[in-house]
Amino acid sequence: MTVLNPGTTRSTGEAPVLPRPPIPVEEIGEATIRLAGDSGDGMQLAGTQFTHTSALLGNDISTLPDFPAEIRAPAGTLAGVSGFQIHFSSSDIHTPGDQLNTLVAMNPAALKTNLKDLEPGGILIVNSDAFSSADLHKAGYPSNPLEDGSLKGYRVFAVPITKLNREAVAELKLSPREADRCKNFFALGLVYWLYERSLEPTLRWIQTKFSKNPSIMEANTRALKAGYNYGETTEAMPVHYRVSKAKIPPGRYRKITGNEALALGLTAASKQAGLPLVYASYPITPASDILHQLAELKRYGVRTLQAEDEIAAIGAAIGAAFAGALGVTGTSGPGICLKSEAIGLAVMTELPVVIIDVQRGGPSTGLPTKTEQADLLQAMFGRNGECPVCVLAPCSPADCFHMAFEAVRLAIGFMTPVILLSDGYLANGAEPWLIPDPARLPKIPVQFAQPHAGSNGAAVFHPYARDARLVRPWAVPGTPGLEHRIGGLEKEDITGNVSYDPANHEHMVRTRAQKIANIAKDIPELTVTGPSEGDVLVLGWGGTYGSIITACQRAQRKGWKVAQAHLRYLNPMPRNTGEVLKRYRKVLIPELNGGQLRLLIRATYLVDAVGLNKIQGKPFLVSEIEAKIEELLRC
Amino acid sequence: MSTTMALPTLTPKDLASDQEVRWCPGCGDYSILAQMKKALAGLGIPREKFVFISGIGCSSRFPYYMNTYGFHTIHGRAPTIATGLKLVRPDLSVWVITGDGDGLSIGGNHLIHAIRRNMDLKIILFNNEIYGLTKGQYSPTSRIGTRTKSSPLGSIDTPLRPLSLALGADATFVARTLDVDVNHLTETLKRAAAHKGTAFVEVYQNCKIFNDGVFEYATDKSVKADNVLYLQHGRPLVFGKDRNKGIRLHGLNPEVVELGNGIALDDLLVHDEKADEPTLAYLLSRMVYPHFPECIGVFRCVERPTYEDVLNKQMDDEIARRGAGKLEDLFASDETWVVE
Repeated sequence: MTVLNPGTTRSTGEAPVLPRPPIPVEEIGEATIRLAGDSGDGMQLAGTQFTHTSALLGNDISTLPDFPAEIRAPAGTLAGVSGFQIHFSSSDIHTPGDQLNTLVAMNPAALKTNLKDLEPGGILIVNSDAFSSADLHKAGYPSNPLEDGSLKGYRVFAVPITKLNREAVAELKLSPREADRCKNFFALGLVYWLYERSLEPTLRWIQTKFSKNPSIMEANTRALKAGYNYGETTEAMPVHYRVSKAKIPPGRYRKITGNEALALGLTAASKQAGLPLVYASYPITPASDILHQLAELKRYGVRTLQAEDEIAAIGAAIGAAFAGALGVTGTSGPGICLKSEAIGLAVMTELPVVIIDVQRGGPSTGLPTKTEQADLLQAMFGRNGECPVCVLAPCSPADCFHMAFEAVRLAIGFMTPVILLSDGYLANGAEPWLIPDPARLPKIPVQFAQPHAGSNGAAVFHPYARDARLVRPWAVPGTPGLEHRIGGLEKEDITGNVSYDPANHEHMVRTRAQKIANIAKDIPELTVTGPSEGDVLVLGWGGTYGSIITACQRAQRKGWKVAQAHLRYLNPMPRNTGEVLKRYRKVLIPELNGGQLRLLIRATYLVDAVGLNKIQGKPFLVSEIEAKIEELLRC
Repeated sequence: MSTTMALPTLTPKDLASDQEVRWCPGCGDYSILAQMKKALAGLGIPREKFVFISGIGCSSRFPYYMNTYGFHTIHGRAPTIATGLKLVRPDLSVWVITGDGDGLSIGGNHLIHAIRRNMDLKIILFNNEIYGLTKGQYSPTSRIGTRTKSSPLGSIDTPLRPLSLALGADATFVARTLDVDVNHLTETLKRAAAHKGTAFVEVYQNCKIFNDGVFEYATDKSVKADNVLYLQHGRPLVFGKDRNKGIRLHGLNPEVVELGNGIALDDLLVHDEKADEPTLAYLLSRMVYPHFPECIGVFRCVERPTYEDVLNKQMDDEIARRGAGKLEDLFASDETWVVE
């Protein structure tokens, strides 16, 4: 561990601190902290910085940002509380943590909404300057919890953060408002000290971010260092902690969120397919960051279109696909509703389009900033007519890279729309990502229809003739001799002409379904972690992977015959899925919805699966899944 | 290279697909189809470079009858699909075929946004002031009082004026023509084809079954000269069987005047399709029979960069400035660390 050098000396005017023994450092395996404050307090930024620093330090990390839909809800109210949770560890971890070891509460509202997640005896750092009677009233506290004894089960550190931060930046003559905007970095500095983190990554970030505003740069620098020094030079906290580097597979890493990984995965896939990427999207939480990321990648051959609405976005993606490019659109559940008719058009015209759904709480506008997995059945069935599409779901933020790549591969390989179901938890959550070697990424084969030699056009080209996998040719406008018409009306087999023939319609419906079913031959089998047969199989999909695998590992350590499998391919499902399910006495399906995968599994495989369903806009706690496994083992 | 390539010589017949045309006998769409083939055959553009994209409605069956690339999409959304196509293939000649219901009702939003972006699309709106394919409900361009199955006592909503809408969205090319005026129709389509940017063309089109004769005032040879005014760039606005009537500006309003009695050609409004501001074109788009003659011809034709050209230039500039993107740089675009 390098010696930390936080830099500045104490602010002037204080009494000299007498020499004293250094505060002891306690080595711990992992910790979970949460920074909570008003939505204008900069908690997301502070949390992101802590994550970044911890990742660079070599910890494994998993994060859970939690913020309100309102950009600035009334200050000090419960509705306006924004939090950022980070789990960092010296071993391999998969979740942002069930219980907090440390909570930073910048005001009474943040304390009130977050205290229940703090472990008994946990560290509670509060900004005592924000506990006036007006502040307490806004949060609905009848008396001051810092004084009424209600916090006696925790190690409370009441720090006058507002005042100390103002003193730290006093020389810079900022307005009180500007000065107070740095207090998140004071708090961050204090937590850096508490967990023995280097200030360097955040100082570098401050330098870059505020390079055009030297006084703000200096203020944030001073605030961060002042917070750190406060921890070091006061004896308020009797101990601080060290979480060492994690033992994870060797290689070069970076921190990545699900949305970042989707943007990189799409870009990589477009390179490997040799096709330009067109990403058309309408701003919507929590998917907008994908558009922001891709809009910066013009020199990678990425064209973005901020469309006039959700329908236009998928229309442009379909148009790009018709043109022989990689057409992608991204949205959340409400946007999928609007795109449904166009997805049907892409099914009918058999064009390769990728549709990303970053799921959030529904129905309707629902919970825009909270996570949920309730769009699975919509992805499967939410269109008129028999309208099958390929459905995939990444299982972690980093896995978003891989599954975006897969979505492109299967869309092009099978000339079909592919719906990729991410969620708000994956989108904003971060973890270390082992950066792949671009030279070792697979190529995505693309075969455009070629004009027949010597043909003078017309008649010979059949846009709906199929190969052995039932895939039709991709014939791109501008190619001589392949002029043809496609559209939403039912197609005659082979020729693609409009047809109302009853037998042809049934044949085409079945053919489109069989083509999607054929994808099962081109995807990996379902793998099981744990015993190959036994009492309970915990089957999950999407962003719940981390909680499920952790719960199952704990169950296995107790000697229980519990296995785990995770579906990243939901339509079609891996070809061995039914066989795997039948090897266990019970199948448990935890989902952040009312039981949508369970419905599919029961209907498809006639397995009497049991559900664990949570619909609170929050991911599963590991303990919730553990408890359900135990309950199943008992009965 | 100085090799001269012979321009492909197409005949209208080469542009006809093998599909049976299924519009009602006497439908104005037949004429538009015939003139389209005639106009396109003479452009010197090879057949594979044409793409016809339509929405839903009688007019939107159009692509099936052209032996070019075609896409019969969903109701109102043709401009969005054409936009995606054009982002990738600015070299293609892309035609959007739409109607008054498709383009102005369900697809109104996409229409205005395609126009404001100035995508290089030729948007041909067949206006028959009725819903034909759903058997005769009033449309967003139906005149107040139109009696249909869905408006038995007469429609009560104010009709949209397609050209006013297009001008409001800053269209760079706006024109109106008639299904039965075949020469004018052909010439207008050729002008649209020659325009770089969104060309918006409204075609008065007769629906023989559900709205027969709605444009008779503009097409009947015995009366049309007094009811329509053919626009010519740089010429005064004159009309009438005897060419003795004109349009004069009175304050901010147009008025019909008779030439003579102290009113000379110099007093009339002079048409200027190149005017920077669309104000006069808008004023002409508001002139409606029977109070005014309705203008036929090109209302506006100005230049503005197309969306796809600017987008592609942004890409080229980025590559020139920072080099073509490599995946290894992209992956390492955030701080990285090495685990041994």
